[in-house]
Amino acid sequence: MLDSKVPAGPLAQKWSNHKFNMKLVNPANKRKFTIIVVGTGLAGASAAASLAELGYNVKTFCYQDSPRRAHSIAAQGGINAAKNYQNDGDSVFRLFYDTIKGGDYRGREGNTYRLAEVSVNIIDQCVAQGVPFAREYGGLLDNRSFGGAQVSRTFYARGQTGQQLLLGAYSALNRQIKKGKVQSYTRHEMLDIVTIDGHAKGIITRDLVTGKIESHAGHAVLLCTGGYGNVYFLSTNAMGCNVTAAWRAHKRGAFFANPCYTQIHPTCIPVTGDHQSKLTLMSESLRNDGRVWVPKTVELSKKLQKGELKAADIKEEDRDYYLERKYPSFGNLVPRDVASRNAKEVVDEGRGVGKSGVAVFLDFADAIKRLGEDTVRAKYGNLFDMYYQITDENPYKQPMRIYPAVHYTMGGVWVDYNLMTTVSGLYALGECNFSDHGANRLGASALMQGLSDGYFVIPYTVGDYLANLGSFAPVDQNHPAFEQTRKEVESNINRLLSLNGNKTVDDIHKQLGHIMWEYCGMARTAEGLIKAKGLIQELRKEFWENARVLGENEELNMSLEKAGRVADFLELGELMVDDALNRNESCGGHFRLESQTEEGEAKRDDENYAYVSAWEYKGDNQPEVLHKEELIFENVKLTQRSYK
Amino acid sequence: MSSKSKPVLTSSLGKKLIMSLTGLFLCSFLVVHLIGNLQLFKDDAGYAFNNYAYFMTHFTPIKVVSYLLYASIVIHAVYALILTRQNKAARPVGYYKSSGNENSKWNSRNMGILGTVILVFLVTHMQHFWWQYKFGTTPYVEYQTELATGNRQIIASDDLPSDYTGYKIYVNNGVEIVQSKDLYKQVAYIFQNPFIVLLYIVAMAALAFHLIHGFQSAFQTLGFNHRRYIGLVRGIGIWVFGIIIPIAFATMPLYFYFKSL
Amino acid sequence: MSKELNLTLKVWRQRNNKAKGQFVTIQANNIADDMSFLEMLDVVNEDLTRKGEDPIYFDHDCREGICGMCSLVINGRPHGPKEGTTTCQLHMRSFHDGQTIVIEPWRAAAFPVLKDLAVDRTAFDRIQQAGGYVNVNTGGVPDANTIPIPKRIADEAFESATCIGCGACVAACKNASAMLFVSAKVSQFALLPQGQTERYERAQAMVDQMDKEGFGSCTNTGACEAECPVGIKLTNIARLNREYLNAKIFRQEDVHS
Repeated sequence: MLDSKVPAGPLAQKWSNHKFNMKLVNPANKRKFTIIVVGTGLAGASAAASLAELGYNVKTFCYQDSPRRAHSIAAQGGINAAKNYQNDGDSVFRLFYDTIKGGDYRGREGNTYRLAEVSVNIIDQCVAQGVPFAREYGGLLDNRSFGGAQVSRTFYARGQTGQQLLLGAYSALNRQIKKGKVQSYTRHEMLDIVTIDGHAKGIITRDLVTGKIESHAGHAVLLCTGGYGNVYFLSTNAMGCNVTAAWRAHKRGAFFANPCYTQIHPTCIPVTGDHQSKLTLMSESLRNDGRVWVPKTVELSKKLQKGELKAADIKEEDRDYYLERKYPSFGNLVPRDVASRNAKEVVDEGRGVGKSGVAVFLDFADAIKRLGEDTVRAKYGNLFDMYYQITDENPYKQPMRIYPAVHYTMGGVWVDYNLMTTVSGLYALGECNFSDHGANRLGASALMQGLSDGYFVIPYTVGDYLANLGSFAPVDQNHPAFEQTRKEVESNINRLLSLNGNKTVDDIHKQLGHIMWEYCGMARTAEGLIKAKGLIQELRKEFWENARVLGENEELNMSLEKAGRVADFLELGELMVDDALNRNESCGGHFRLESQTEEGEAKRDDENYAYVSAWEYKGDNQPEVLHKEELIFENVKLTQRSYK
Repeated sequence: MSSKSKPVLTSSLGKKLIMSLTGLFLCSFLVVHLIGNLQLFKDDAGYAFNNYAYFMTHFTPIKVVSYLLYASIVIHAVYALILTRQNKAARPVGYYKSSGNENSKWNSRNMGILGTVILVFLVTHMQHFWWQYKFGTTPYVEYQTELATGNRQIIASDDLPSDYTGYKIYVNNGVEIVQSKDLYKQVAYIFQNPFIVLLYIVAMAALAFHLIHGFQSAFQTLGFNHRRYIGLVRGIGIWVFGIIIPIAFATMPLYFYFKSL
Repeated sequence: MSKELNLTLKVWRQRNNKAKGQFVTIQANNIADDMSFLEMLDVVNEDLTRKGEDPIYFDHDCREGICGMCSLVINGRPHGPKEGTTTCQLHMRSFHDGQTIVIEPWRAAAFPVLKDLAVDRTAFDRIQQAGGYVNVNTGGVPDANTIPIPKRIADEAFESATCIGCGACVAACKNASAMLFVSAKVSQFALLPQGQTERYERAQAMVDQMDKEGFGSCTNTGACEAECPVGIKLTNIARLNREYLNAKIFRQEDVHS
């Protein structure tokens, strides 16, 4: 059994007590420590800035050309916080409760409560940095509502909340770079963790421009490298998002938790063809005013698909607003997993719309009638524009076509309450870790978690670890472990560069994506998963025999970059399938067809699966070993989630 | 953010400030110059114009302003050159295919060329009139005006008399006598040449395009760009400095040219 | 409905920063018009890879128009012919069958070419580091609703803050000036109450760094505004001018105290 190290005591006092009980590093000693932060999204940038403010020396790494481009920037809708500015009954406990429930009771109470608790500080911090949140006419902050909640607690900056929050964190980071407290390495990719005596003491990176393999030493390493949704090839993640840092850490001893929990976001622009490189999300906030529907009959859908009918031709009584019908109290605002699964269900019935038939309508006609086009434009203008750019269809005039797409991964590197992985001194923050969202994340909670981890959790917990190290000595970069790890990285690169088959890396990645989407996507079966495992193993073999990687190490080489990432995705994919197979229940973003209620809702098995699956890497081609962290619920009652 | 900042005039914005201030000063001069020159259209054989010319060149405050003006022209041109060189250096490798017209106006991108045309014009213009008036030879004119009746007699010659010692104005027996270099005739003489007339018209066209961009750009550089008044600034830039003033100036050579035919 | 295009690409190829570059003509056939421009390049790159030729390197990441990583001057226009979009949001339906498309990197001394179509834009980061922030530490800040900000001001600050830092303004400007970029950040903070305390130092520090990086000066052609994929306005530049001159001429004392 894994120890989550959640402190004892009443839920509401856990974090305060823990903060008091943790050891501190005195200001004069902080400057003797170096902390490595990999990834500069919300979690990484906020952590790096906050730690540097405290006096630590920080090194940040990102594969993009600037820290500002991390994919947090693309988050649209908003960030939750239990401010209760709207006087609508919100509280820290309610945010905690909604998050635990939304996560289908597969999250850790202590972490989730802490997240809700510090959420209020995040908003204060961002406003102080000059983040231009949306405001009311009276000058106070505005809120909107989001899926899975019945209160308005989401703060937003039009449809670009992630951008504004990231630019806020990036500005705090820049301030520390200017002060010389942070050294920023851009266009650098982390390729391995260096451990000495079981402690993370540094990383090996590749300078993507020159190909130089570098060692960087530090007293602690923070992985803030985001999620692994790109294992599906098509996802709403940025093209460069990858699991490499997390996966290499996993291979060095960090357990990987709940890899099968994948969030499929219900409102994305549907796929148009094989050439498609990524999927584009339309913010969930659209579901505030948009109504989801498909025709009631397959016949009408067929006509729509062939272009014989237009959406407007379908009479009101022939439309099935299926979310409103099935979930009258939450309606279009049911949590993401529920909305996605229902979309899949109607499409599988043949009632999908659009040329491919793999889409449902998100209709704004009522909202435009009720609020006027100008108000709708003010609220969602940029999203509508984006939709128009991509599809060449005007959503003010005809309903949007949407379909679920892979968006977020709740699973990730296992961490304890202190965000430390199973490797001492190695931490995982933000989407990279598995922690706070259980089996399904609510909308507007990813930004909250990234910033909570970075601004308000890690500055305390990493101090406790460093204070306990018992030494202020710099990490010895001449330790043989650095040289050893470096050599392994180099040999892996050479192995990749020697691949000279006839399939491109993208070919294989796309194949992997198909397998994952088909068998480990919105609905999973034991049979399918077993099949997928075989397919992935074959594909992995094919990759190492038949892929083609061009160029050399000493240059900007996208072929090599992609190959390294896909090699890791191939291994991760198999673990995801193993995890999905092991979890013989449905919960949140993991839906096993074998485990559903009579109404077709996800059916949990709390007796047997109320645990976190944490997988331990045992070596190449060895089965991973499952460790369990029991989930203890002292403050909420486990019930069948109902949004009816 | 505590390190010492560079002195204002060495920064790119400082240099632009100089361009803006000298440019606007030159614009204000254009207005004065035009109003004065309108006296060329008076049918008084240059009486008003020649007196005005003397006043403008010998009244001390105006002389001070005129030196400021010369300095402004030089500074405007020199800073333009410095900025242009820096701006060229900011893009050492140009585009193979450039579609500037898709995103900006031709004149806004070619202020240097327009300015150079204007500068060449200014040199010839100064040579034609300022140099000739101050240092060269001009025709001579004497106006004898009976103050009681306003009747005027004109004695003119193509050369200055040998005893001419400078502009004089005095009254003798109720007759006002003005002895002066005849710049008016010099103007009429110069503008008999169609090539010079053409040069002046081209230069005024260049001035027009230069100012259509330059006037409002100067305000933008100074930080004045607000929806409340920017329309007015643009309007003045286009109508007054881009159309009325250059056309008014251009009619002068045309007027004398056609008069001479 | 989807159509297919055959295109001739004239692409700038340059092995690295030191190497000499040149245009290479590449045929791109059977391109679906609902592809994005970058997906078209993906297809071309897959072909090149299969043939064992080095794929064209270009910067891109989010592919939804927000990260600012993609660039490309397409037929003489940064982010291509369509207004208000980034290259990743530009679709092939903006082109016609048989067209020749010239693809070049951003050109500016401050943006050296790294490889093919990718340039180094870290100059932008250094400008931000010079002062594009509010000096507040994590924690210890007042409640978010302590200072009401009129919606009009907050909205205007937001408009300025939406800059994605792609560099199209520099690429479009005949002087390779970064004024639109710098002014957007300066404006955001000049408008908000949180930015007031360091308002004038910020303008100076960022302008100084901008000059140091070797960007040209602003001659107000408006090309930046016309090409900006997110619609940052020229009024920001006027505001920067105002902030800077005000700081230099009237507030010199405060700054150096």
